[in-house]
Formats: sequence, C-alpha cells, structure tokens
Amino acid sequence: MNVTQATLLQNGRIIDPALNIDEPGDLLIVDGIIRQQGKARSIACPPNCESIDLHGKWLVPGLIDMHVHLREPGEEYKETIASGTRAAAAGGFTAVACMPNTSPVNDNQSVTSLILTKAAAEGSARVYPVGAISKNSKGTELAEYGELKKAGAVAVSDDGRPVANSQLMRRALEYSGNHNLLVISHAEEVSLSENGVMNEGALSTRLGLRGIPTVAETIMIYRDLALAEYVGRPIHIAHISTRESVDLIRRAKMRGCRVTAETAPHYFTLTEEAVGIYNTRAKMNPPLRAADDLAAIREGLRDGTIDAIATDHAPHSAMEKDVEFDQAANGIIGLETAVPLSLALVRENVLSPARMIELLSVQPARMLGVAGGSLAAGNPADITVIDPEKSFIYREENVVSKSGNSPFLGWELTGKAVLTIVAGRITFREL
Amino acid sequence: MESEYRFQHKHILGIEELSDRDICFILDTAESFKEISQRPIKKVPTLRGKTVIHLFFEPSTRTRLSFEIAAKRMSADTFNIAAATSSARKGETLIDTAKNLTSMKPDIIVIRHSSSGSPHLLARHIKASVINAGDGTHEHPSQALLDMMTVREKKGKIAGLKIAIVGDISHSRVAHSNIIGFTRMGAEVHVSGPATLIPAGIKELGAVVSHRVEDAVADADVVMALRIQKERQLDPLLPSLREYAAFFGINRTLMKLAKPDAIIMHPGPINRGVEMTFDVADGDQSVIMDQVTNGVAVRMALLYLIMGGEDR
Repeated sequence: MNVTQATLLQNGRIIDPALNIDEPGDLLIVDGIIRQQGKARSIACPPNCESIDLHGKWLVPGLIDMHVHLREPGEEYKETIASGTRAAAAGGFTAVACMPNTSPVNDNQSVTSLILTKAAAEGSARVYPVGAISKNSKGTELAEYGELKKAGAVAVSDDGRPVANSQLMRRALEYSGNHNLLVISHAEEVSLSENGVMNEGALSTRLGLRGIPTVAETIMIYRDLALAEYVGRPIHIAHISTRESVDLIRRAKMRGCRVTAETAPHYFTLTEEAVGIYNTRAKMNPPLRAADDLAAIREGLRDGTIDAIATDHAPHSAMEKDVEFDQAANGIIGLETAVPLSLALVRENVLSPARMIELLSVQPARMLGVAGGSLAAGNPADITVIDPEKSFIYREENVVSKSGNSPFLGWELTGKAVLTIVAGRITFREL
Repeated sequence: MESEYRFQHKHILGIEELSDRDICFILDTAESFKEISQRPIKKVPTLRGKTVIHLFFEPSTRTRLSFEIAAKRMSADTFNIAAATSSARKGETLIDTAKNLTSMKPDIIVIRHSSSGSPHLLARHIKASVINAGDGTHEHPSQALLDMMTVREKKGKIAGLKIAIVGDISHSRVAHSNIIGFTRMGAEVHVSGPATLIPAGIKELGAVVSHRVEDAVADADVVMALRIQKERQLDPLLPSLREYAAFFGINRTLMKLAKPDAIIMHPGPINRGVEMTFDVADGDQSVIMDQVTNGVAVRMALLYLIMGGEDR
C-alpha cells in the first residue's frame, strides 16, 4: 500500500523565472512531485502533511551546479560522491554535474555507471556525470560518446586537460551531435599558460610567480568558437575569467553562434590581489584576474552573455595546498559559498533575484538537458529555500565538504540555503 | 624623531618589507662591521650561543659561503643543509621540515629555495627568524643590500643616481630586489634587455624600460649586468647567446655612453663574453669584487639586527 507523503511550503517568495513568477506563494509537494503552486495561504494542507512556513525566504527551483569535481573514483581522501553531494545540499544545490578528471578518467560507461550507482545509493543530490572528450583525456582519440550517453553522461569535457589538438576538438564537436551531448570546453592554450601559477601582470612580477596571460584563455575560446560555428554545433565554455572572453562570447552570440558560458563565484568576487602573500587558497586555473576582468564578468552575468554560475568545486587536501605556492594544486571548493556570493551581486544590484536563479538553476538545466529549473506542477520536487538575510561566518569546522580549501574561510557571508529538497526528500535543513 | 627609530623586523623576507630607514640602518650597521673582516682575528662574540641553519634547496657557492662566513665571524654555530642531503628528496614537505627544525631550537634559518614565497611559508611555521637567501624569481634581499652598500660606498649616495640593469629581468630575483631597493632609496632604475626577458608590469615596480640598451646605459652612474642562463634559449626567449652578447652585452663601446666615473656591477657568477666582455669585467670601473666583500658585512649586519641588535 502506498503511503502518500506530502509537504506544504507556505508563504515563501516564489521566484520561478521559467514561469515568470516572483511573488509570495505556497507550494505543495506530494510523493516527490510538485503537485500545486499557488498564491500565499491559498493551498490547504492535506492530511499527514508537514507544513513549513517560509515567510521571508526565497522558494526557488533547485540549484544546479554544472561544474564540480567529486574526486570519486580515485581521490576519495579529497572528496567522495557522498561528501561532495552533502556539501552541494548544504549549499542549496539539488544537482551537480561532475567533471571526468577522476582516476580512472570517466571516459567510459563503467566509470559513468559507477558514479551513478554510488550517487543513487549515497548521494544527497542528483549527479550528472560529464564524460571525457578524449580517451583518458589525453587529447588524441575520441571517447565512446554513445556508450557514455547510454550510461547516463550529459555532456563531454576534458576539463583540467584542455584539448590542444584542433582536429580532435572539431571531431568531438561533430560526433557529440550524434549523441546529443554538450561539449564543454576548458579553454586554455597550454603553450602560453604552462608552468604559470597566477594571473600575469605587475603582481605576478612583484611576487616572482610565473604568470598566466589572459590570452591563454581567449585564444582557445577563439578557436573553439570558430570550430563550433564551422561545424554548426553548440559549445559551452567553462569557467571564463577575463574581459576578452566575455567580449568574444558576447559578439559570438550577437552573430548567432550557439555558444553558452559559465563563470565561477570567485571570478566575480575576488581579484588576483587575493593571492596576497602566497595564499594557495587563492590559486586556481584559470587564475583570479584583475579588477577590470571582474567588472566585465559581472557585466556579462547581468547582460546575459554568461549563462550560468558554476562553482568549479575542486576539493584538495592540505597535502596539495599547504606547500610552496608554485607546487600547490589548482582549485578551491565552492558549493557552500555560491549562494551568498551570488546574493552579494543581487544586493549590489548587478543581478535581479530572478536573474540569479536563471544563472543557478534554469539555464544549467536547459544547457545540460536535464530535469529541473522550474517549479511548475508536475515537475520533480527539486527545491531550494534561501534565506537572503541570514548571516554567518564561514568557518573551517563548519565546512561540509571533505576538504577546506576555500579563500572565503573566515568571511562573514550573508544569505544561505536553509532547506534543500530533492525529489521531495529533504537533503538539507537549517530552519 | 631620529632617536625613536628601531629596527623591528624579525625576518628578512624581501626588500619589499623594508623602509628606506631600515635599508639605511642596515647599510650603516654593515659598514661598521666591515672592519671586523680586516682584523687579524676576524671574530667577535656577538652571536655566541646562537644557532644558524643554512637551508639551501638550490645550489649556491658564493651566497652560502658568504652567509656562513658572516655567521662564523659573529661566533654563531652554523649548520648547512643542502637539498641533496635533506629530507626534501624523501618527500618531506617544507612545513614538516620547518616543524622538525623548530624542535631543534635554531635561532636563524637562512633559506634558498626555487619556489617564490617559500621563505614566507617557512616563517609562518617556524619560531626562528628567517632570512631569504633567494626565493625563485621573487627576491634576493641580501644581494640587493650589498649592491646598495657598494653603490653608496663608491658614489657617496644612492638618491639621484641613474642605475641601469641589463639582462634577464624576468627571471632575476636580484633585479627585482634591486629595482625595489634602489627606487626606494631615491635612485632612478632603468632596465633593458630582450623584450622576452622584461616581465609584465615591471614599470609598476618603479623601473623605466628601454628597448635599446644604449638608452638605459646613457649617463648612467651604475651599470649592472645580470646573468643569462643558457636554458633560456629553450623557452624560447633568446635566439642565441651570441646574439645576446652582440646586442645586449656590456662592452667598452657601450660603457662610453655612461658617465665617465660609472661603476660596473654583476651579482655573479659571470658568463664572460655573454653579459659582459672580459675587459669590462676586469677593468677599472668594475666593482664586482667589492660587492663580494660587502656581502659578508651586509649579512653580518642582518644576522645581528634580527637577533635584536644587542650585546655589540
């Protein structure tokens, strides 16, 4: 006998850009599905239904992070599918797309299946595996996109190991069309960035650190846009960090190129100055850039040039981070800080609340071709509740991820996910 | 107030952290120590009972010897750890090394390391004072101090001088420390070299950049050549050492453009025939050996000052 499970979320500020809604309302979840959405106090609580009052909170479609590293299989000491998705839930994410640079690389159906099996058994968020563009992400042979897709991959990328060979990138763009997989480009011309550890400029010179010029990113975006347009396929550019990248993508969109792009909260929050006195928690790839780049990234988020905010959540242990700056691994964790850092842009009037939810939910769902991104009745109940006023100090002991490599530790942040629901199941609750 | 000045640095990590007052005070102290090295018995008891560890992760002859002589002339106990014999080869991290050294209660660690910022990392994890003896392409403060000491000695001042630094500015920690130091002391620093070896944003450090080496050297009071490393050809940064020598090497013809009493410096070791010709390196204007002599005095001063400058 089926027991009906119902939850009524009452009197929240429902922000659902897909339905063009931004007003107080109620939302009824029955058996993991959104049953009904209505005006505040308009929905009655059915029998055995838990009702949760959301006065003053945002009730939004579940946030989707299209760019994370879960480290499993292979580097479980940094993060696991279980711990990474717990961090996702704590940060308000109901789904994550995990990059293939695990060990072994997710370039085949077995690894994809393993990730999905683990996620189903231990996960606190939906997990969408991203397969590799090339076998072992070596950049020489195409991975088996058909098998990857069948096993559950939603996109392909050689994230972390940029595709140097233009012919391979062309073939990847062509062949991904047969299997309807989005190609995600980690745009980096390695001959220009090799051995670089921070943004190239006066500061890298002052610190005696080898620089990564902005053109290392833009040259590759140029190439990938040219290839995508030539073969007539869409392309998604990951973690853009420079003004020129934003300009290039804006112009490409204007002429009708099917390009989408994401940036990460650190690129619209921090500049290269965060490196300070060799702070390895401010080391990532691409590197933190100059103030002018940060301004351009913010403008790109505002005007629609950039389609998504993705965290590039990249857990590393102290072993990789508490070392000499040039020896330290690239990357920071981001799942638990994306909401407050994005809300900062709302408070500064860079983004409207609806635009923020587009960037964190609606568009990632659309680009990846996955469920979610809307609170319309009949959709799976993937829901995030955000308290935009809640302030907290982000402390190491409160980090949910297995790793603590964040430049935001010790920051006082405002705005937090307080309730995360995946298919009707509460994965995180702090209210 | 003049009398209120006190040297207050626990570590010497870079010229960047030193004010013009600090630099002046170090140079004054070094000058007063210079005489010790001219005595028949070249030893004072100032640092007796202090332990100085020279932690060198990069090969060095001159700098390490200079630091060691400085420490020994001050009666400190000195120990050398070279990378080849250290735990670094066994995979020990720098922080672990720092913790282990701390357990043995040293007073000063002199570190040279190929990673920029490693002295800063060490200083964060160790109780002892840290002296940076060269970190990556970042800084080499004791070299810049001995260069400034030599210039002040020969020219009577630093402020108002034109200093030309020629060569591989990008990879030279000596150049970085000197640009900061000489600029802070009121000199005008001009740099020149192949554009491939001039780093981004060097102007913001205070240097004037000249494409033509002749412009940098013209009317200069000091001409400093930097070492060109052979592996720079591979990057590719240089077509050949031969071409470098022809267009950027310091020779007599070029020196005619400088002030008649200009001095010639080099942090060593010299690639003769590349950065400068034999005759220039050994000529009357060369103060290269004075730099080496002053190196000992400057390092004595640094050891003394970071130990609190007492019991003199």
